[in-house]
Amino acid sequence: MFDYELLIRVLGLTVVAAPCFLLVILGAASLVGHPLGERTIARLGHTSIAVGLLAAVTMLGMMLSLDTRRLAIELGSWVAIPHYHFSIKFEFDRLSVPFVILSFVLCGTIGAFANRYMHRERGFNRFFVLYALFLTGMVVTSLAGTIETLFTGWEMVGLSSAMLVAFFQERPAPVRNGLRVWSVYRISDAALLIASVVLHHVTGEGDFDKLLGTGPWPEGIAEISSHEAILVGALLLVAAAGKSALVPFSGWLPRAMEGPTPSSAVFYGALSVHLGAFLLLRVGPILELSPWLAGAVIVAGLVTAIFAAVAGRVQTDIKSALSFASLTQVGIIVAEIGCGLRYVALVHILGHACLRTLQFLRAPTLLTDYRTLENAIGDHLPQDAGPWVRWVPDALRLRLYRLALERGHLDTWLADGLVAPIINLFESCDALERRWTDFLAGRQSRESERMRPVSESLEEHL
Amino acid sequence: MNHMALSWDDLSILVPLLGALVVSRTPDHDRSRKWAVAMTALTLIITGCAWWQFQIRDAAAHTGWTHIVSRWIGRDVFVIDQLSAPLLPLIALLFLLTTLTTLRTKMRRFSFAGTLFSEAILLATFSCQDPWILIGLLALGTIPPALELRARGRSIRIYVLHMGLFVGLLVLGQTSVVAEGSGRMHSLWAIVPLLTAILVRSGVAPFHCWITDLFEHAALGSALLYVAPLAGAYAAVRLVLPIAPDWVLRSMGLLSLATAVYASGMALIQRDARRFFCYLFLSNSALVLVGLEVVSPLGLTGALCVWMSLTLSMGGFGLTMRALESRLGRLSLTDFQGLYEHTPNLALCFMLTGLASVGFPGTFGFVGTELLVDGAVEAYLSVGVAVVVAAALNGIAVVKAYFLLFTGTRHVSSVSLRIHVRERYAVLAVAAMILIGGFIPQPGVASRHRAADELLEVRLQLTDGYIPIANVADDLPASNESGPG
Repeated sequence: MFDYELLIRVLGLTVVAAPCFLLVILGAASLVGHPLGERTIARLGHTSIAVGLLAAVTMLGMMLSLDTRRLAIELGSWVAIPHYHFSIKFEFDRLSVPFVILSFVLCGTIGAFANRYMHRERGFNRFFVLYALFLTGMVVTSLAGTIETLFTGWEMVGLSSAMLVAFFQERPAPVRNGLRVWSVYRISDAALLIASVVLHHVTGEGDFDKLLGTGPWPEGIAEISSHEAILVGALLLVAAAGKSALVPFSGWLPRAMEGPTPSSAVFYGALSVHLGAFLLLRVGPILELSPWLAGAVIVAGLVTAIFAAVAGRVQTDIKSALSFASLTQVGIIVAEIGCGLRYVALVHILGHACLRTLQFLRAPTLLTDYRTLENAIGDHLPQDAGPWVRWVPDALRLRLYRLALERGHLDTWLADGLVAPIINLFESCDALERRWTDFLAGRQSRESERMRPVSESLEEHL
Repeated sequence: MNHMALSWDDLSILVPLLGALVVSRTPDHDRSRKWAVAMTALTLIITGCAWWQFQIRDAAAHTGWTHIVSRWIGRDVFVIDQLSAPLLPLIALLFLLTTLTTLRTKMRRFSFAGTLFSEAILLATFSCQDPWILIGLLALGTIPPALELRARGRSIRIYVLHMGLFVGLLVLGQTSVVAEGSGRMHSLWAIVPLLTAILVRSGVAPFHCWITDLFEHAALGSALLYVAPLAGAYAAVRLVLPIAPDWVLRSMGLLSLATAVYASGMALIQRDARRFFCYLFLSNSALVLVGLEVVSPLGLTGALCVWMSLTLSMGGFGLTMRALESRLGRLSLTDFQGLYEHTPNLALCFMLTGLASVGFPGTFGFVGTELLVDGAVEAYLSVGVAVVVAAALNGIAVVKAYFLLFTGTRHVSSVSLRIHVRERYAVLAVAAMILIGGFIPQPGVASRHRAADELLEVRLQLTDGYIPIANVADDLPASNESGPG
């Protein structure tokens, strides 16, 4: 008799192992100082994505043919000591399988595009190492069966995204923006980690089965109290807001466009920006426990959608305009999740991710596309401001315009209201410490403030 | 077999001592370095053998091991146990990598004899369980950095003040403990001096300024070797943890927690790479103390795991910075340096070790940090939140420093800044250990859990059941039953 269980297990492991294999090969080669050639990297990328995608699609086919809505593949306990275990478990269900297939399809497309787009680029190998890290993170997050596994993938996606924003690292602007993205992601990661620890503490387990009930997605029932749900749900909402650039964290998304076009497309237009929405979909049963929580999710989504729609109208470069268009849709998706429309939200994610990837990839040839269109119709493209212009007073339009141009002052608020007081506090502490050590030493104690960095010290010693 | 065990442990102290003697009589710097590398490598092999032998035997049998010094003194002094067994090769590895990666530019100012002497003292300290001899070794260990500071013509007042306070408080506290006798709960007169001494040695705020001062004025390699093995935490485990009341430990844990958050914030604003490293280290080492002072099996296991990962990752991180300093002098964090194109391997190692120190997934520190946070949440939810906040700020500080040092511009140099073969081996060794420990964490965590159980058992025995820690009492039988032998 045919052993379906073994086949499912092999397929499931292949889905996860394919991107891991790519990451290990590219990472190890870089670590030992012998990066692979462009052609080899391209072949490895194609092969691993093709294998992973094939396994995922076969898995989907088997689940449909066997009428199975949920399959769990347990790899056992990664760490197990009394009163604590960290198990690795991957779940294949109606949420994870479409998401992982989407990840493979879009990453495969972008990989093929990037092989040419990045040809002979100085950081070709670095790009693909980060690409492999991102893909692995996406697959692990999508299939995570425990909150710790999800956190692992979540962090991988965060690191690779920030490093890709700073990809053109010989200029300061991309690097500063990369650091901004990383800082927001760390806030998001911290919120997710605290939520995961609180959940682990409340239920004694990190498995989604225990947290969200054993029913197949989206029918689980969370087994925590509504008070606990509000605390955990609020933390998860902060985590999702950071990752999906919801208000007030929206400022990082247009900044992330400093990265190469292929990474902007797949990371911020298609996959990474939807990860927050994915998290909210995964923990949907928790949101159901509290109407206040669901209301907060709806408000966060709608405010983000309105903000992004307004800000997107005044952008002067195509990638920023697309990023705000993307954010508008993400806001709507989050609002749909808050309303409990989970299948609608899932389909919305899939459709939006594909459309936006196409738009981002066409972005470098936008002017050519415009010219082709104008040549075809024999006139300039219409520039209609829309009927609402007549109903809005000029003063309000002007204020809205300035607000949109400044991107809602969100970055300024965060910088002045949150970051600056913290920096000022620690700088005051630093000054106090200097006075204290000067007093103890009986003279100026900080050598580092008197010394200039010597840039050619090696030559002096030769 | 006992004789073999005896030889490994004693040899691990004698070989670096002998090496120090040989190197101090070698005038040629290059030959000194070769001798030092050979001796530290031999010490690593010996400590590795001692650990391996410990692993393959039943842990209980080790308490009966007698060593030359123990036989001479008449009681057990140097005993390898679950706690110290893996720490000894880790310390030896750190010394080996430091001597191995010392370039010609640093050779004249780096004392190889002093380093070997410090290694012998440190290995003896980490093998020692007798309180008075441990205090003596800790006091002896404070001398080499002071001598180095003096030799470099720097002020030693801050260092001497703090270390004097440390040794004085240790002696005062231990004298009170002895005077009060065993088998009873010790008074605050005995506990508070000991605990304060630990806080001073571990650099918990407001006693941390000596560490920033040491990093400002001493050679980076020497400062790193003095602080990275966490001798203060070892003293806490041996001298304070077994006898201190639960509430005292937890209140002092809060001080460590405040230091973790404070130092992580300070790391963010530093303009000098050494000071940044120093605060990053202080923040992480304070987290180890938080775990130790939570006094639960989970928190303690997490703290011991973080201790191991911290020594390795911060050691690697410090060595990467040292390699950069040997090429460029003191590193500033005020402007972009753009070194990536010259030293991609060092950039990778910097990022990897930095992320490992903050517990990034896939690295050695990940599971330890998870356990630490879990253990902290078990004690107080707010403690767990503060630990996560500190880790988040440290993560931002690491990536910020990476960007400032390796990106943002293109560094122009007329000489090659690429890493040498020895440095490449060191980088690969650290990276491999961090990643292997990250992907296969179970052996390390199980070993640290056994060590935590052992420590809590000793604590329960010594306090004679005075401490009402419900979770400890609940956990111990279960862990004893299921813990691997």
